[in-house]
Formats: sequence, C-alpha cells, structure tokens
Amino acid sequence: MNGNTLVVEDLKTHFFTRAGVVRAVDGVSFEVKPGEVLGLVGESGCGKTVTGFSILGLVDPPGRVVAGRILLEDVDLLQLSEAELRRVRGARVAMVFQDPMMTLNPVLRIDTQMVEAVRAHQAVDNEKAFQLAKEALQRVGIASPEERLRSYPHQFSGGMRQRVAIAIAMLNRPRLIIADEPTTALDVTIQAQILYEAQKLCRESGTALIWITHDLSVVAGLADRICVMYAGRIVESGPVDAVLDAPLHPYTQGLIGSVPSRNRRGSPLAQIPGMMPALTELPPGCAFRGRCARAADACAQQPDLREYKRHLVRCFHPL
Amino acid sequence: MVFVIRRILQSALVVLVMSLVVFVGVNVVGDPVHILISDDMTKEEVDRFVRQLGLDRPLHEQYLHFLANAARGDLGNSFVHGEPALKLILERMPATLELAFAAFLLAVIVGIPLGMYAGLKPEAPASRAIMAGSILGFSLPTFWVGLMMIMVFAVILGWLPSTGRGEFMTWDGLRHLALPAINLALFKMALVTRLARAGTREAALQDYVKFARAKGLSPSRVVLVHVLKNILVPVVTVLGLELGGLIAFSVVTETVFAWPGMGKLLIDSIQRLDRPVVVAYLVITVLMFVVINLVVDLLYAALDPRVRLREMKA
Amino acid sequence: MSARVETLPVVPKPETPLRRLASEFFASRVATGAFAALMVIVFMALFAPFLAPQNPYDLATVTVMDARLAPGERGSAGFLMWLGADGAGRDMWSAILYGLRISLGVGVASGIVALAIGTAIGLLAAYRGGWVDALIMRVVDLQLSFPAILVALILVAILGRGADKVMIALILVQWAYYARTVRGSALVERRKEYVEAAQCLALPASRIVFRHLLPNCLAPMIVVGTLQTAHAISLEATLSFLGVGLPLTEPSLGLLIANGFEYMLSGKYWISFYPGLALLATIMSINLVGDRLRDVLNPRLER
Repeated sequence: MNGNTLVVEDLKTHFFTRAGVVRAVDGVSFEVKPGEVLGLVGESGCGKTVTGFSILGLVDPPGRVVAGRILLEDVDLLQLSEAELRRVRGARVAMVFQDPMMTLNPVLRIDTQMVEAVRAHQAVDNEKAFQLAKEALQRVGIASPEERLRSYPHQFSGGMRQRVAIAIAMLNRPRLIIADEPTTALDVTIQAQILYEAQKLCRESGTALIWITHDLSVVAGLADRICVMYAGRIVESGPVDAVLDAPLHPYTQGLIGSVPSRNRRGSPLAQIPGMMPALTELPPGCAFRGRCARAADACAQQPDLREYKRHLVRCFHPL
Repeated sequence: MVFVIRRILQSALVVLVMSLVVFVGVNVVGDPVHILISDDMTKEEVDRFVRQLGLDRPLHEQYLHFLANAARGDLGNSFVHGEPALKLILERMPATLELAFAAFLLAVIVGIPLGMYAGLKPEAPASRAIMAGSILGFSLPTFWVGLMMIMVFAVILGWLPSTGRGEFMTWDGLRHLALPAINLALFKMALVTRLARAGTREAALQDYVKFARAKGLSPSRVVLVHVLKNILVPVVTVLGLELGGLIAFSVVTETVFAWPGMGKLLIDSIQRLDRPVVVAYLVITVLMFVVINLVVDLLYAALDPRVRLREMKA
Repeated sequence: MSARVETLPVVPKPETPLRRLASEFFASRVATGAFAALMVIVFMALFAPFLAPQNPYDLATVTVMDARLAPGERGSAGFLMWLGADGAGRDMWSAILYGLRISLGVGVASGIVALAIGTAIGLLAAYRGGWVDALIMRVVDLQLSFPAILVALILVAILGRGADKVMIALILVQWAYYARTVRGSALVERRKEYVEAAQCLALPASRIVFRHLLPNCLAPMIVVGTLQTAHAISLEATLSFLGVGLPLTEPSLGLLIANGFEYMLSGKYWISFYPGLALLATIMSINLVGDRLRDVLNPRLER
C-alpha cells in the first residue's frame, strides 16, 4: 500500500553451511517508491547482494529466505510459486549484475539473448522482439544497434556490455530494477555515463531503482534515498542529503570519512579500525561494537531501528 | 577461410610425419626383411624379393618408393589372402564404421543427458548413482563385458544373436548390431557422462546462468540453450577424438562378437604375421585420425565464436 | 606440602600434510572401501603361492580329469574348487590368484618405469623451455592424439611377441601422459620468480629441478599414476585377450578370460566370469582410489 513499488519487511536470508549458519540478511526492511532511486550501501560481505537476490528469488542453496515479506506492488513475492515468480522476473522486476563480462552468455549472440528475454514475457513474434531489442539498445545509447545485435558479447567493451545488460533489464518495462554494483568493473568515465543514463531512464519511465554499491560517491550523485547496511542489517537510512551531510550512525560517518576527497589532500585517509565480523560469528548485541569509538555497555544489546531526526538509525548513541 | 586452409596444411604435415614414423618403424626398428617378407620363403626367393622391393637401396630412396606406392594405393599384397592389402582393409571398413558410429551415437545420446542431470542436481541420489555407474563404466574390461553380454542375452535369454553382422539398416542388421554397439559404447558413455557433468556443473555456476534465470526464462530454456551450448564446445572436442578411439577400440569388440570389420582383420593379421595388411591398417587408420582431428578443429571453431576471432587475429 | 604435579601443556599433534591428506581421503566411505579392497587384492597377489590350494602351472598338480568342474565341486586332489576348474583342470581360484599377480605386476611395473621416464622428460621440457620444450611437447601431443590401444597394437606389431616386448609397449604407451602432466605442473612452478632468482645465483639445475619443481608435481603425478596404472592393467588384459599380449607361460587375467571364451556358449561361464570379476575389482578399486585422490589433492571448489 501507500503507492510503494517495493516494500521489504524484516527480510532474513540465511545460509546453512558446514561452518555454521551465515546470517547474510538479518532483518532488513525498506521501501522504494515509483521513479525513486534507492542506494543500498555497504562494504563487501554486508549482505547487500544477497538482499538483491532474495527479492528475485535467486538465492541458491545452501541459502534460503527464512523470514520476512517482500511486497512488489502489494504482491508478496515470497508466497509465489516458482512458475509465478518466473513471470515476475525479467518482466516486473529486473536485475543488472556486477560483472558485464560474465552476465552475457559468451556463445550466444546478443539478439538471441535479448529476444528470448522479450519472448519469455510477451506474446510477440521474433521480428517484433527484434525491433523491441533494437529500440532498447538505442535508448541506452548504443549506435548502429542492428549490427550490434548480430554480434557476440566478447566483441563489446565492458561499458557497452553493461549498457546491453541495462537494455535487457528495461526490455519489458519493469516496475523495479535492481542494479548490483553495475559500474564497479568499469572506467570512471563510463561509469558516469551509465549513471546518468540510468537516472534519466528511471525518471522517464517511473521505474524504481535499487542501486547496490560500496561506493558512496556513486550514490551521492544518483540516489534519492540511501540505506547503509552492515553485517546483514540496515544501520541507517534516510534521504541521501540528510544521511551524507549529517550521518547519525558511527559506521556511516566512518564510511563518509574514508572517501578520499580533495578537501583533505595531504592528510592521512581515515580508516574504520578492524574488520566486519564473519557472518557466522556475529557478536551478540550491536554488530559494529568492536569497531566503534562510542561503544558502551548498552551496546551489548541489539539496538532497534529508530526514527531520529528524519533518518532511521540503529544505534544507542547516534551522532 | 585462411583458418581452414591452415588447418588442412597442418593435417597434411601430420600425415607425412606419421608415414615417416610407420616407415621407420617397419623398416628400421623391425627387421625390414622379416617384416615385409613371408616367413616361409627360401633364401633365393628372399634375395630376389629384397631386390624387387628395393630393400637393398639406401633408406631415403626406399621411403620415396614407399610414398609413391602408397599414393597409388599400393601397399603390398597380403601373404595370407594374396590380395592387395589395401583392398582387404577397405572392404572391411564399412563394418567397422557402422559399429563405431553406432557406439558413438549411443554414447552421446545416453551420456550427455545423464551427465547434464548429474551436473545440475549433484546432490540427488540419482546423480550419485550415475557417477558411480560412470566409474563402473570405465573400469569394466570391454572384452569381458562383451563375453558376459553374449552369455546373458544370447545364450541364456536368447534375445539377440551372439555373433556376426546382419545387413545394414535392416531389422536383422540392427539385432546383430545391438550387443556389439552397446559393448563398445560403454566405456565412452562413462567418459562422456563425466565430461558432461563436469562441464554442466561449471556452467551452472556461471553468472550468465543466473542472469538467464533473472530474465525469467523457463528452466528448460536455460538448460537446453544456455548451458548445453556452453558445454558442447569442450564436449565436442573430446568426442571427436573419442570417435577415433572408438574406431581403434572396435578391434576388441569385433573379436568378441566376430564382427567382420577392420579390427578383426588386424588382429588376425598380427597373429598370422601378415604384415602388409598390418601396415595397410595403420596407414588407413592414421589417415582417418588426421581427418577426424581436422573436422573436430573446424567444428570447434564453428561452435565457439571466440575461437574464430582468435584465429583471425593470429 | 602437597606435591604440585606440573602438567605439560597439551600440544596437539602436528598436522602434517600427509595426515591431513589421509583424513580427507578416508572421509569418503566409498574411497575407504575401495582402498581396503585394493589392499586385499594386493595382498592376495603377493601371497598367491601361500593362498592358492594348488599351483595351476605346476603340471604335476593338475589333472585333466578335473576339467570343467563346476564351482563347488571337489577336485581329484581332494580340495574344494569353489570357483570351478577350467578346460585343463586347473583350479580357478588358484589360477586367478596367480593371474592377479601377473596382471598387477606387469601393470604396476610398466607404470613405474613409464612414470620415471615421463617425469624425467617432462621436467626436462619444463626446465629447458624453448625449442626443447616445443619439440618434446609436439612428440607428446602427437602420441596422445592416438588412442592407447592403437599405439599398443602398432608397437606389438613392430616389436613382435614376448613378455618384454609387451612391457616395452605398455611403457611406451604411458610415458606421454606422465610427461605432459609433469611438464604442466613443473611449468607453473618454473614461472615463479624464485626459480629465476635461484638460476641467477647459479644454483645447479639438478637442485632446482629436484628440490623445487619436482615436489610441485607430486600431487598430479600421484593422481595420474593411479589412473594410469588401472589403464595399463586394463590394456594388458585386453592385449592378452586378443592374443597379442603376454605369452602363455605368463597367464594374466586377460588370458584366463580368453581361455574361457570357447566354453561360454556351452554355459560354463565360470572360466571367464570369475577372472573377469577379479580384473574388474582390481581396476575399479584403483580407479575409485585415484578418483578420490584427485578430488582431495586438487584445489577444492567448495560451492
């Protein structure tokens, strides 16, 4: 309800390995509105990619979603059968992966891979699907799309491949796109172009976008709202300006502080001491305790997400 | 196009090298006189033969002579049958090819689906059974299994004939083909299964498979188009070479089932010291191998677009 | 004053690579079973003269009166022929034990020699590089592009009959696999920088090769070794069955099976069946062990 495109409520995805239970996603909640860009930020291993896969039902064994609700325009995806979920994937929710080299099948032509994405969801013939693919490529700024369609993935550069992936994601006009670090493997200049185009596409079509990244600078220019994840939980979320200008969680502050920037040229880079704990050995209480300068006895309890000054924060001692 | 020509030239070179090896093997390593001459000739006959064959000439002359003759199709006459050795071999070749191809088809048709299943669901009990079966498959001595098959299906059950070959493409022919083809196929079936499983397991873990699922494609399309095409490339390469192995290994199956192919002729000839036939067999087989390797290379390039690009750049 | 007993701190047993390898290997029940079976087979082969009630190749103990006795019947010498007798009256159990000896012996011996030769050549190719490497690998590739059975038949046709010729043929068939495997692993190590450094220090080549390159190859050598040995045993049996392998005086399991061929159609299955079973058991247990070794010794894909 409330016109949200996506509502995630208390999502828990655990991996049951021989080494123990990995609580990759441990109670994550957020919403995304139509046309909005949500940045899901955190360092490697914090569970952001698994969150993305959980939404699409692509979590492979030994992992599975153990609790929560995922409401895509009021339909709980976790209650759908596999066949129903397949109708949602690629049509109402689409995903762009991180490594463009490996997402496209190297032995199939681009048109094959695009046409099949269309025909899996729309009852059109090959020519029509081909046309749609051509238009999609044009929209992401690929010149001479007909020629490109008949090529193989390895004949493209990394940036182009990622544009193709985005084009594929947009083919069936999804309500939501989940982009998992799509520009991490690309040059900075290409990255800027793709960010710009993604933003434009979403504004124009009203598609909600979840942009998963570890790079704050990417999110700063792109997102409307931001959720910071740590050790499987959201520790802070709010409008991007509010969170980045006045962070409330010590972790967020540490993240912002560790981004190299011109203003602090010459001074040593600030680091967050320590490392994120292994997800099989999460300490009781606040997961960030071991690295937080403000930790106190109260932090032995797991803090809840509370509203504080326009953000939501999971901390007993917000800044 | 350049690629194709290059490969053909390379193959021709290999044929030449192998002819040299066969020649050296026969004329230098083995006693040339003994190897090319029937054992029960008198001394005068031997001397005359030697001069006739030019065995007293220098080696390189002999080699050229050999090549010239081979190009004409003259590889000597069989001691036992008195006919041109090459003719004997070629007469028997269709039978061997029929057997080898049948076994090849069986191995592929059974092996690839089984292997793919085991690769997609590695923990399922059926998969474990398949893998156990594959180890059994390539541990089984082919000749012994052949004997057991005759025992069970021909002697005890009486369902199928035990020896000989029927007419090509008739019901009777197929009945005679069944046991030998299955026997020959077993080993390769096991190998193909393992290969397909390894390839499928690797492919299934790749990002492009996950991406295909994220696009909402049906599982059958994901498997049959995305996964299969990727494993075809390594599997085809190996299979092509295995076809050659099947032709060679048919020697065993032909012996057990009295299948009238080249292999049986070879064994008989080795035992009866009919060396011209042995040489003829080797020449034909080597030629076949080189052609098969060439075809596999070209097929590989056709199936994997990345290879074509690499070759064009090279 | 009560005596304070000072206990030494408990030092856990050091985990040598061998111990770790063993514990991983035996974690699989199938592999453990195969290994046990293999040990039993080797034992039986080694102690055949003591385990067999009769020496089947001592003509004095064999009588044709016992010919083709079915399993379970008693022979003239009084002992139970629990696997039956063959066409000449030999006790099958004894024949199999002696046959195992030969099959295993030839297979393992040829494997060891081929391993030595192939390793030496592979190391040479990896260490020298350049045209030496290219030449050697051309030869190896050429040989490996032909099936083993064909190479074996060619060699037997050229060299003639006899136990030594068969050994040579088996060795010549196998060396190329070892050479290629060893060269591959040695090359990986060779390309590492410390080898270059060692060469700059003018360390003798033999030291570099044996102290550094060779240990890196041990794991794949072991895997290839086991699988190749199984292959060699199978190949020798095939050649013997075809009549171009070991001579009658050294009857391996292959020959036993061949001998039983003619009796198959009259229903006397045991003359071929049991030797084949023994051969299968041998080959399969070696393959299972080799397969497990390969899983354990390779970098694991823990997915």
